[in-house]
Amino acid sequence: MAQPLHGLLTRALAAGGYVNYNWNWGIFWEQTPEATGTYFSTLMSGLGVTIMLALCAWTIAFVIGSFIGIIRTLPSKWPVRLGNAYIEMFRNIPLLVQLFIWFFVVPELLPQELGAWVKQLRNGPFYTAMIGLGLYMSSRVATQVSAGINSLPKGQRMAGTAIGLTTVQTYRYILLPLAYRVIFPPLTSEFLNTIKNTAVALTIGVLELTARARSMQEFSFQVFEAFTAATVIYLALSAVVTIGMRYAEQRLVIPGFNGGKA
Amino acid sequence: MPMITIDNVSKWYNPTFQVLKNCTTSVDKGEVVVVCGPSGSGKSTLIKTVNALEPVQEGTITVDGLSVTTMKKDLPKLRSRVGMVFQHFELFPHLRIVENLCLGQTKVLGRSEDSARAKAMKMLERVGLTAHAEKYPGQLSGGQQQRVAIARALVMDPICMLFDEPTSALDPEMINEVLDVMVELAKEGMTMMVVTHEMGFAKKVANRVIFMDAGEIVEDAQKDDFFGSPRSERAQQFLSKILAH
Amino acid sequence: MFSDFDFNVIWRSLPYLFEQGMTFTLTLTVIATIGGLILGTFVALMRLSSNVALSTFAASYVNLMRSLPLVLVIFLFYFLMPYIGQWIMRADQPVQVGAYSSTIITFTLFEAAYFSEIMRAGIQSIPRGQVMAGYAIGLNYREVMRHVVLPQAFRNMLPVIFTQTIVLFQDTSLVYVLSITDFLGAASKVAQRDGRLTEMYLFAAVVYFTICFTASFFVKRLQKRISIIR
Repeated sequence: MAQPLHGLLTRALAAGGYVNYNWNWGIFWEQTPEATGTYFSTLMSGLGVTIMLALCAWTIAFVIGSFIGIIRTLPSKWPVRLGNAYIEMFRNIPLLVQLFIWFFVVPELLPQELGAWVKQLRNGPFYTAMIGLGLYMSSRVATQVSAGINSLPKGQRMAGTAIGLTTVQTYRYILLPLAYRVIFPPLTSEFLNTIKNTAVALTIGVLELTARARSMQEFSFQVFEAFTAATVIYLALSAVVTIGMRYAEQRLVIPGFNGGKA
Repeated sequence: MPMITIDNVSKWYNPTFQVLKNCTTSVDKGEVVVVCGPSGSGKSTLIKTVNALEPVQEGTITVDGLSVTTMKKDLPKLRSRVGMVFQHFELFPHLRIVENLCLGQTKVLGRSEDSARAKAMKMLERVGLTAHAEKYPGQLSGGQQQRVAIARALVMDPICMLFDEPTSALDPEMINEVLDVMVELAKEGMTMMVVTHEMGFAKKVANRVIFMDAGEIVEDAQKDDFFGSPRSERAQQFLSKILAH
Repeated sequence: MFSDFDFNVIWRSLPYLFEQGMTFTLTLTVIATIGGLILGTFVALMRLSSNVALSTFAASYVNLMRSLPLVLVIFLFYFLMPYIGQWIMRADQPVQVGAYSSTIITFTLFEAAYFSEIMRAGIQSIPRGQVMAGYAIGLNYREVMRHVVLPQAFRNMLPVIFTQTIVLFQDTSLVYVLSITDFLGAASKVAQRDGRLTEMYLFAAVVYFTICFTASFFVKRLQKRISIIR
């Protein structure tokens, strides 16, 4: 498959304006002009940033999203309203705009000294992206967690209450272990979304995988090699996560329990 | 002294729909009271108000002299002393049978893992399910699950038991294994309030029968009086319908 | 904190923000929705087809698109498009494709993958009996799809389609990476030029929020109405 495409593109490129274009898969092993190592190693460092950012953001999303998701299922009104407002807030503003606000606006609104400190922070863009992406994804996690809890038979909560468990204990020992199992597949895809969304962080200067591919393309003019490599890496990453999650899901299966209906 | 008193209790789901209308009754210690009535009559709601699973807007309910309707902080403790069996069993599907029986003991009563487990195994033996201790609820039949649910209530050493249609979700061939356990409990002197259509059970072990219709307690009579000569027309009609076969 | 908040800069730039920026944002949203929906429906039909080659191709396309970040796809197509254009048109040189046309094509192709999954779910939600009833009165595959299955699938999925459109509307802001003047791009250009980042980005957030919140409110109402009819 690579061979005919290769020929086709070479011909196309040779005939076109890019007379200097050489199809060159060896480019990955050449040094970058910044002398920071080979192109391959910069792509790998981009992959590392992508993974780190996704994991950190996911941790935030999972913790806060779970909290918001849970309070939306409480019997009293105000926590539910608060949870709904939170979700609407983060869901209805584009991620990119949210990142810009965290990056450009929030430091201005902080007290002067704190703001200045934040702006000078090493890895500032990374932390900003981590918080911005984490909070953005937390609203999606919250939606899933609420849906999971609400999908459980009403009697489960009652049964917990009836044997004398407090609300906290009922959630801790009964509702949450069941709900997280029910929403495992959608949570997996939200995690995959988190990985994909890390690419948006390049707009505030985080050197993740897409940013690395883009700069490789700029420096080396090897458009196709750079983006093909990024594509393949993203595909591999999502394959690894999907397979890993499927394995985890199988281990979480409870004999005789099939989702919401107990 | 009555174990459970229900005094002038009313409940609304919304301003226009009243599910319970001025219900008053009581259950003495050691007494078995069967609550029956057509579906939608409020009998399931009534029994759930006893351990405050359903809040009420008017009236008072006491269990063992403690007011359930005004209590806030100690509700979990009180609930742990009132055993409840649900129509759809409501075993916790992610916990093994024995874990289902230990959860309340360890988390509410503060018993040690070991003593909880010992107690759980004792109760499982009593309901004849020792062999299934390490299985998950989904691997048991409906009748077995309901017996586990009864055992789950009994391990808490309840002072009384509430049954909310314990056999109506069961296949016919499984009803008796559950009723047998209940009959035995009744004979041992357990205070029981049972919502059921099983009139055979009522005739065998009930002391009193309460008949509800449209949120009201229409009839509250000794068993023999109820089956012999129900006073209200509605109770007569109901009885003739379910005893027809 | 807000003492030096300058509402004037927003007021001054309103015509630019909306006439240029929002117009492109909405154009991109509408074209990508309609194009993506049509293309996506075909992809869904291919994926459900009994022809293994067709369904494999469709599945691969959908999975590929759904595994990649949109930002990467925007770059990828932007740089790839001239050569594809050259190949299709058998031109001597890579075809000049502007950033605007490039993003419109990119979003249509990208969204087609997502819409195809929605349409596939919609088609699968139609009971087999409907298809059989269609064949029974003598319709062929095309007619069954055209007159029986797709209209129902489309109607059932309408709320999901609109929800996806709202997501798409938000995603169009990513064309920022090609320095295009969409709504956010316009806001960003004013912000940089006048040094008013706080005002412009907060205003952009408010505008996006208002539009998306209102739209999803109506989608929720639509959802309720559809579920009642059913």
